[in-house]
Amino acid sequence: MTDPVTIGTRIRERRVMSGIRQTDLARQAGISPSYLNLIEHNRRRIAGKTLLTLAAALGVEPQVLTEGAAATLVAALREAAGKAEAAQPDAGPDAPPPEHDRIEEFAERFPGWAGLLSGLHRRTEEMERTIETLTDRLAHDPFLADSLHEVISAVTAIRSTASILAETESIGPEWTARFHRNINEDSARLTEGAQALVSYLEGAPDRDAEPGSPQEEMHAVLAECGFHVPTLERATAVPGDVTRLVQAEAARGLSVPAQSLLQTAFARYLEDARALPLAALRARVREDGPDPARLAEATGVGLARVFRRLAAMPAEEAGPVGLVICDASGTLIFRKPIEGFAMPRLAGACPLWPLYRAMTQPFAPIRARLRQPGRAGATVEALAVAGVEGACGFDRPAPVRAHMLLLPGDGTGPAQELGASCRVCAIAGCDARREPSILAEGF
Amino acid sequence: MAKTVLLIEDEPNIIEAVSFILSRDGWDVQTHSNGHDAIDAVRRRAPDLIILDVMLPGKSGYDILSEIRDDPVSGRVPVLMLTARGQTRDREMAERAGADRYMTKPFSNADVLEAVRALAGT
Repeated sequence: MTDPVTIGTRIRERRVMSGIRQTDLARQAGISPSYLNLIEHNRRRIAGKTLLTLAAALGVEPQVLTEGAAATLVAALREAAGKAEAAQPDAGPDAPPPEHDRIEEFAERFPGWAGLLSGLHRRTEEMERTIETLTDRLAHDPFLADSLHEVISAVTAIRSTASILAETESIGPEWTARFHRNINEDSARLTEGAQALVSYLEGAPDRDAEPGSPQEEMHAVLAECGFHVPTLERATAVPGDVTRLVQAEAARGLSVPAQSLLQTAFARYLEDARALPLAALRARVREDGPDPARLAEATGVGLARVFRRLAAMPAEEAGPVGLVICDASGTLIFRKPIEGFAMPRLAGACPLWPLYRAMTQPFAPIRARLRQPGRAGATVEALAVAGVEGACGFDRPAPVRAHMLLLPGDGTGPAQELGASCRVCAIAGCDARREPSILAEGF
Repeated sequence: MAKTVLLIEDEPNIIEAVSFILSRDGWDVQTHSNGHDAIDAVRRRAPDLIILDVMLPGKSGYDILSEIRDDPVSGRVPVLMLTARGQTRDREMAERAGADRYMTKPFSNADVLEAVRALAGT
């Protein structure tokens, strides 16, 4: 479909840019100057032979006249303009708004500048995403939360003790000595805590944990939709939908490696949704709650798949459901977080996780109540199972995976104490520890 | 007879400082420093007021508070909660769990005294 309004304008612009007079172009195209004038002012439709001759005379491909500058560039500019207006940049009140009706004209006349502008817009978007990811990491970093708590405890003790010494009259030499000693102890502890924090914050960034890593990118896409993808839940969904969804993310700037990860994740989602459709799942969950064992028994679907389906349900239907999946090397390849349970962003989670215990007893479902230190005593219910996922053969490695579903705990009763990962774990005397904690001794 | 306050807190030096200022104010201060059996300590000592830290080893302060509130004897004892985080979410959780006052660490001794006196007066 071509738009007669813009073709005429483009012909006029091209002609003016090339410095050709209207009369000359009309003669070359074998039409009258007044007819060309009408075309150029979009008063006459143009197609077929006349279009081809005019394009040839102007030295451009006919498509340049019919389609204008690349549609993607125009779309990018339109998005940039929309964002800029929404964000109300500090251009000042007198700055005119972007000329929406002339976006195409701009893209065509100044393709270089237009490309630069859309490139800058894309970069801004990328940086905004990075900032969001970093903010998110700071807010959920278990080490920061724990060590800040320790620093604040030390500060609280020092403040209270110091003000007793400063404000209490006739305190007596014994108490004075005791409080002096306490302040001395706490200030040493505060120093250690502050130094640990500084070295942690200055620590070399972990490549895999960088917000820009493909894993992070893929998880950011999943988190954005709440790990629930309505398109793939439809009974009519086909693998082409997976590709289309990934392409849509690609158009929004998802990196190529992350696209490949997302393709795999969505393809598995589609298979899962076909095996256990949302309607059936919903009916069961409404009746029994998110109980994977009963679901698996009633539907004949494997536990791991039931876990994934529960984690893909909207939170308002199934409640908070967390899920981690690791491959045979123990590397976490999927993380859906749940309140009250910290997960490391890279390989090397706590070896005490039932996720890994499941690896040592494949196919045997494992249930445990877990508590991480410093999480205000919150517990989570963990259900884990490991097995072979997907096709197997005698001449290739078996694709072994372990799944661990996490459901909110009731906070009561005995629970297994474990960490997120050794580096940021405060549990003392742990036989499973593989590297020292960076938390100061006594934390 | 002096009124008793039960301080449930796991930092020894905070226990010492708070005990000191409350004792000087005429309170009989008893302390307990872990979460597991805090509710037993509450039942056994039947204090007039409880100061409860949120971050305790073994059990969350919120869970302990729920247990206190569910207990027929201790259910109405005023509770002052202490936390190292001032987030709105924590404040809401404390209020939901039934705390009478909420105080963020680090606090000043004067604030603690004021809160304790106010709670004892009610």
